[in-house]
Amino acid sequence: MPTLFPDEAKSVVEALLFVSGDPLTAQDVAGILNLEENEALAILKEIKADCEKERKGFRLVEVAGGFAFATRPEHAAYVEKLVRPRLSSLSQAALETLAIIAYKQPVARSEIEEIRGVKCDSAVSTLLERGLIEEAGRREAPGRPILYRTTPSFLKYLGLRSLEDLPAIKREEAEGQDRESQDRAG
Amino acid sequence: MCGEVMVYQVKVPVFEGPLDLLLHLIEQNEVDIYDIPISLIAQQYLEYLALAREVDLELTSEFLLMACNLLAIKARMLLPRHEAASEEETEEDPRKELVQKLLEYKIYKEIAGELKSMEALWSRVYWRETDEAKLLKEFPPSNPLGTVTADDLVAAYNRVLRKYEKKREVVSISRDEITVREKIEFVLERLSHKPAGLSFDSLFSGITSRSEVIVTFLALLELARRGIVLLRQARLFSDILIFLNESKGGEERADPVSG
Repeated sequence: MPTLFPDEAKSVVEALLFVSGDPLTAQDVAGILNLEENEALAILKEIKADCEKERKGFRLVEVAGGFAFATRPEHAAYVEKLVRPRLSSLSQAALETLAIIAYKQPVARSEIEEIRGVKCDSAVSTLLERGLIEEAGRREAPGRPILYRTTPSFLKYLGLRSLEDLPAIKREEAEGQDRESQDRAG
Repeated sequence: MCGEVMVYQVKVPVFEGPLDLLLHLIEQNEVDIYDIPISLIAQQYLEYLALAREVDLELTSEFLLMACNLLAIKARMLLPRHEAASEEETEEDPRKELVQKLLEYKIYKEIAGELKSMEALWSRVYWRETDEAKLLKEFPPSNPLGTVTADDLVAAYNRVLRKYEKKREVVSISRDEITVREKIEFVLERLSHKPAGLSFDSLFSGITSRSEVIVTFLALLELARRGIVLLRQARLFSDILIFLNESKGGEERADPVSG
């Protein structure tokens, strides 16, 4: 394929973004347009900036390791007159279960139940149904329990670029209580 | 109005579990989580259980288990403490394990709260969705197998066959004659209910014998050869999807672009 002028390249990337079902990565773009990855990233960022500058009805959002078009939240009321609104929000039980899976993945159900102090069967099956978590093999331990991890849809669901974007855990340090383990770790 | 039963509406807060209830009591009493006044908290905990029972709120067995646990800790706290045998060996606080559990749970309860507000924000954002089945209908590929290679088909076929090999403990004696023609009808019938595509594996679900799998597979190959069905694989090693090729389903579709 011929070398593209910068404007043409941007136009092609817009086309790719338009048809891509999954978030489009700089790597994808670099591979298709035969560019360096940082050049591809620059084009994506430029398209993102264009959408903001021109106050378009959609934005280019960095999510799940790539870039995807999404509507502006302030247009939700109108958008929902056209398309089916998203499913109802998750229950407290499902959110707690999801939080534990997100930070401890891959994790077995029994470990989630140990932390929450209650059974989590229905929360886990809700999250599976919604495609927010998936099975991630089995632990090679007695009973070979199924392990769970979050999916790329989970990242999209909460607008996260990657798992590293999850809110930081605020661990209350017990005065003196954990001194011993801290010494060992340090 | 005699005989009418007065119904009181009592608002009883609902908790996710015993740890959630304990955190609530600790917060409500403004006590230090590292130095829980166990008698007070245990008493209030039991009061909540009694109230919940009065209003027929169903509580899981974990709530009762925790009640026992609290009483056991309370009893151990009441026992006179032995003088430590040596200075190194200090007696462990009976509340220690519970405190650690509460702290661990508290972390994830708070994170869940943050996830909830992220969820609320992003639930108002709609992503561009691409509908694979629709795209395929708009742009039917010239090759009915699409990107599916012969190797992909063989792999999927072997995977289904292997399932039947495992089932061979039961030997069937009667032999049903199954023809490719019958299976072609069967495949078309299944596909007609699945405009969004049927997965390769689910085409074979419900089939009980190995020979039936083989004939069904032959039927599928025949349909693909004639361009009546389209095969599509979203990505390497993912399940193969089978679609009815609507442009071959009878009349040629009018070209929406021309004119």
